[in-house]
Amino acid sequence: MGIVQWARIKSPWILHFPSPGCNGCDIEVLAALTPRYDVERFGILLKPSPRHADILIVTGAVSKQVAKRLKRIYEQMPEPKFVIAVGTCAVNGNVFQGSPFVYEGVDRVIPVDVYIPGCPPRPEAIIHGIVTLIKKIKGGGNGGKK
Amino acid sequence: MSTISLIIGPQHPALHEAERFLFKVEGETVIDVIPRIGYMHRGIEKLMETKTFVEGLYLAERICGICNVAHTLCFAEAVEQAADVEVPPRAKYLRVIAHEFNRLHSHLLLLGVAAELMGFETLFMLFWRDRELVMSLFEELTGNRVISAYVRVGGVTRDISPTLADKIKDKLPKLYKRIERYKKVLSEDPTFTTRTIDVGYISGSKLLALGAVGPTIRGSGVKIDLRYTDPYEVYDEIPFNVITYKEGDSWARYMVRIDECLELINIVLYALDHLPQGPICTKVPRTIEGEGEGRVEAPRGELLHHTIWRGGVTPWRHRVRTPTYANIPGVCEMFKGYHVADIPIILGSIDPCFACTDRTTVMLLDVESGTKKTMTIGEIKKKYWRR
Repeated sequence: MGIVQWARIKSPWILHFPSPGCNGCDIEVLAALTPRYDVERFGILLKPSPRHADILIVTGAVSKQVAKRLKRIYEQMPEPKFVIAVGTCAVNGNVFQGSPFVYEGVDRVIPVDVYIPGCPPRPEAIIHGIVTLIKKIKGGGNGGKK
Repeated sequence: MSTISLIIGPQHPALHEAERFLFKVEGETVIDVIPRIGYMHRGIEKLMETKTFVEGLYLAERICGICNVAHTLCFAEAVEQAADVEVPPRAKYLRVIAHEFNRLHSHLLLLGVAAELMGFETLFMLFWRDRELVMSLFEELTGNRVISAYVRVGGVTRDISPTLADKIKDKLPKLYKRIERYKKVLSEDPTFTTRTIDVGYISGSKLLALGAVGPTIRGSGVKIDLRYTDPYEVYDEIPFNVITYKEGDSWARYMVRIDECLELINIVLYALDHLPQGPICTKVPRTIEGEGEGRVEAPRGELLHHTIWRGGVTPWRHRVRTPTYANIPGVCEMFKGYHVADIPIILGSIDPCFACTDRTTVMLLDVESGTKKTMTIGEIKKKYWRR
């Protein structure tokens, strides 16, 4: 394990991309950052720019309008990059399945490493998802696929 | 001085949702704004036509997760009016309690986000810490933290237990004291006041002409509150004040919200004291013929659900008009003449919720080439819709 990998595991920085969901997951991601749950104690920081981020958190279903932007933001992130799909909308489209304007899942647009189902998932679930991803990174490689 | 186009969005730290604004800037001053809404469009109104009212309720509350009780309440009211069903009085009181809890968490959320937008991180954390208290009470009442499907067509899903009622009566006065303290911070602390006072001024008459609703217009001294002007559920039985501020700037719009937090705690305590006994739900026929409309004062303003049923199990047409959509023309006027650094604060002062806003934008605007194309519902059906 090199020093960069070590630092990344100790302090992964996240970028929050709110794609068209209902905002329920967005506020739960924010709640995970605030005093009761406080993910900053694990070194997890919310960053405004994709160029500073290691983990992209996508909440909500991906609409066809936003898909292009999401791809561009994913491409702007430096390697190695990881994606977490938060909420059932991001996992498979949820109630918006069958709508002609919505992709059924983020993985139709960009590769996803960790899925967190729930509508919306509780902050505990989101923290568990991030910790799972950190374990995956420790496994090595982009996305940790063995 | 030459004009520069400044693009904010779709992904931007000041916007918590994917939306794009094009600001025409001269030096540091904003002279014009072109909003481009529609990134959050999911086709909900069309999707609603394929759902029965039991399924449709779950879709309606996912229009916006923050004000989900307002949406389910509005949807239920519309369908109940179409089906000609009367809701039992206990259910009405329980709906009001859930609705006000939802408003409380929404206002605290916005005030926290506003503090974050101006770099006042400590206040953001304090607001969100106290919001967690509301969330845990809301969870005990409805079964989930955010999206709960508490209101259903014909009543509510759960009754309130006496122990929970006692707990709420015990905890809310403590929260009241905390919010009073925050009110003092918002009205006196220079970190907050210097960024908001005289920023984003707009007059009440201009907002009325632009069709603004909710706390946005109440911050300019116009007394419009559906709970007061057109009472639904049991708001005509509950005494409360409509909060208005005359100033018309961002500060007034934030102060309306914090005063409303104090007011609605009193509403919840009054509703708990006067909770009538009886059933909490009635039966609704499966097939409905008729037309109904629900109007509700959501945390961001007036919300309208209009539904038409033609004897089937699914609606023939369901129309939603959301408060942020009505406030967009108003907020575009507010930006003009103020600095670029004030943009997030002015935008935050209307409590934008773009998930509500984008449902049926049929005008497709190609951003890169600047061409506009309008599509009829028939064309959309032919092109995209597969039953």
